[in-house]
Amino acid sequence: MINKRVASVAEALQGARDGMTFMLGGFGLCGIPENSIAELVRLGIRDLTCISNNAGVDDFGLGLLLQKHQIKKMISSYVGENDEFERQMLSGELEVELTPQGTLAEKCRAAQAGIPAFFTPAGYGTEVAEGKETREFNGKMYVMEEAFRADFSIVKAWKGDEAGNLIFKGTARNFNPCMCGAAKITVAEVEELVPAGELDPNQVHIPGIYVQRIFQGKRYEKRIEQRTVRKR
Amino acid sequence: MLDKNGIAKRIAREVKNGYYVNLGIGIPTLVANFVPEGVDVEFQSENGVLGMGPFPYEGEEDADLINAGKQTVTTLPGASFFDSATSFGMIRGQHVHLTILGAMEVADNGDIANWKIPGKMVKGMGGAMDLVASADNIIVAMMHTNKAGQSKLLKKCTLPLTGVNCVKKIVTNLAVLEVTGQGFKLLERAPGVSVEEIKGATEGRLIVEGDIPEMQL
Repeated sequence: MINKRVASVAEALQGARDGMTFMLGGFGLCGIPENSIAELVRLGIRDLTCISNNAGVDDFGLGLLLQKHQIKKMISSYVGENDEFERQMLSGELEVELTPQGTLAEKCRAAQAGIPAFFTPAGYGTEVAEGKETREFNGKMYVMEEAFRADFSIVKAWKGDEAGNLIFKGTARNFNPCMCGAAKITVAEVEELVPAGELDPNQVHIPGIYVQRIFQGKRYEKRIEQRTVRKR
Repeated sequence: MLDKNGIAKRIAREVKNGYYVNLGIGIPTLVANFVPEGVDVEFQSENGVLGMGPFPYEGEEDADLINAGKQTVTTLPGASFFDSATSFGMIRGQHVHLTILGAMEVADNGDIANWKIPGKMVKGMGGAMDLVASADNIIVAMMHTNKAGQSKLLKKCTLPLTGVNCVKKIVTNLAVLEVTGQGFKLLERAPGVSVEEIKGATEGRLIVEGDIPEMQL
């Protein structure tokens, strides 16, 4: 067993510096690496490029980094629900690259799998395809998209073991598995970290080979963005 | 004239037994409430769940179980979870049979715009571009006109496009229309709505052939 366990979030993010590119898992506030985001805020590193499906809300998730003006560029598919984000974007403080959600996911998976580029029909004929190579396959038009290149991939899982194996829960899985191994260093924070041998290998979603550093998060707020319920 | 629930109710009739269906945010989400008994379908939410169920009972919300609108949901027997790349793999690979989504504008060639109003609203396309570029069967659910009373069924979209030549059918508060190569073909009128009213509210080419029946809801 190759032990990936680190003692703290500070150790997990060692080497994170100004100007680096970070992939961060999560969909809305679901399955985001809360403890690592807090650490990035504490480190105060700036001019970051963040690849994340969403940009959090004003006072949680990546919104915390936006508040401190630590993000230079966001690569996302949907950035509603965040007034500070909108203000920074419209004022030109923040650069934003909007990317179709499936393309965003595939750009992560391609990076993980060593595929430099791929063709997708998403965005063909729209401004997303401007300046990109297009090609026809079997009578349909496709746009070439390139894999992401990032310094850190930061993901959140439900359970993990010291070998870096990960298991996700519910829709908190989302972008997290696609981002594992898609950057130079993958950091996984988990709700429960167990010794190697305690996870059933049949149940592992992401093998530890994709993870360099793993730690158990101190606490999880798991904020709900839209609490919708029905009557009994 | 239909309200939002009426539009959803009419669209629910397009949902066939055995379909996997992706519902967009807004009116499309309501479609799930009107699928008739005996029609077995599974709803896909692109954030990574198939077999999505209704909202949870109060006190049973799970922060780790949401839909693409970030609302807390539940799962039904037979449900599964998966990552985002797999989710869009099933969309791009056309394993999802039907996509129902909202729109700001639809052109009579099937172009759709629903993600951006330059200078005003830039929230992003989310999964809409992937969905419209990949799905075989796309139904748009929307009001026939915007708040200013202008037609949303146009000759050409004025807003940045989400996808080209992709919309197959449109259900509005006034009508059901099919997108053909020649324009919007009027299929059904909403209860109490005349063909003249529909003509007046449609800027794009409108094809009216013979008697247009009233919708059965």
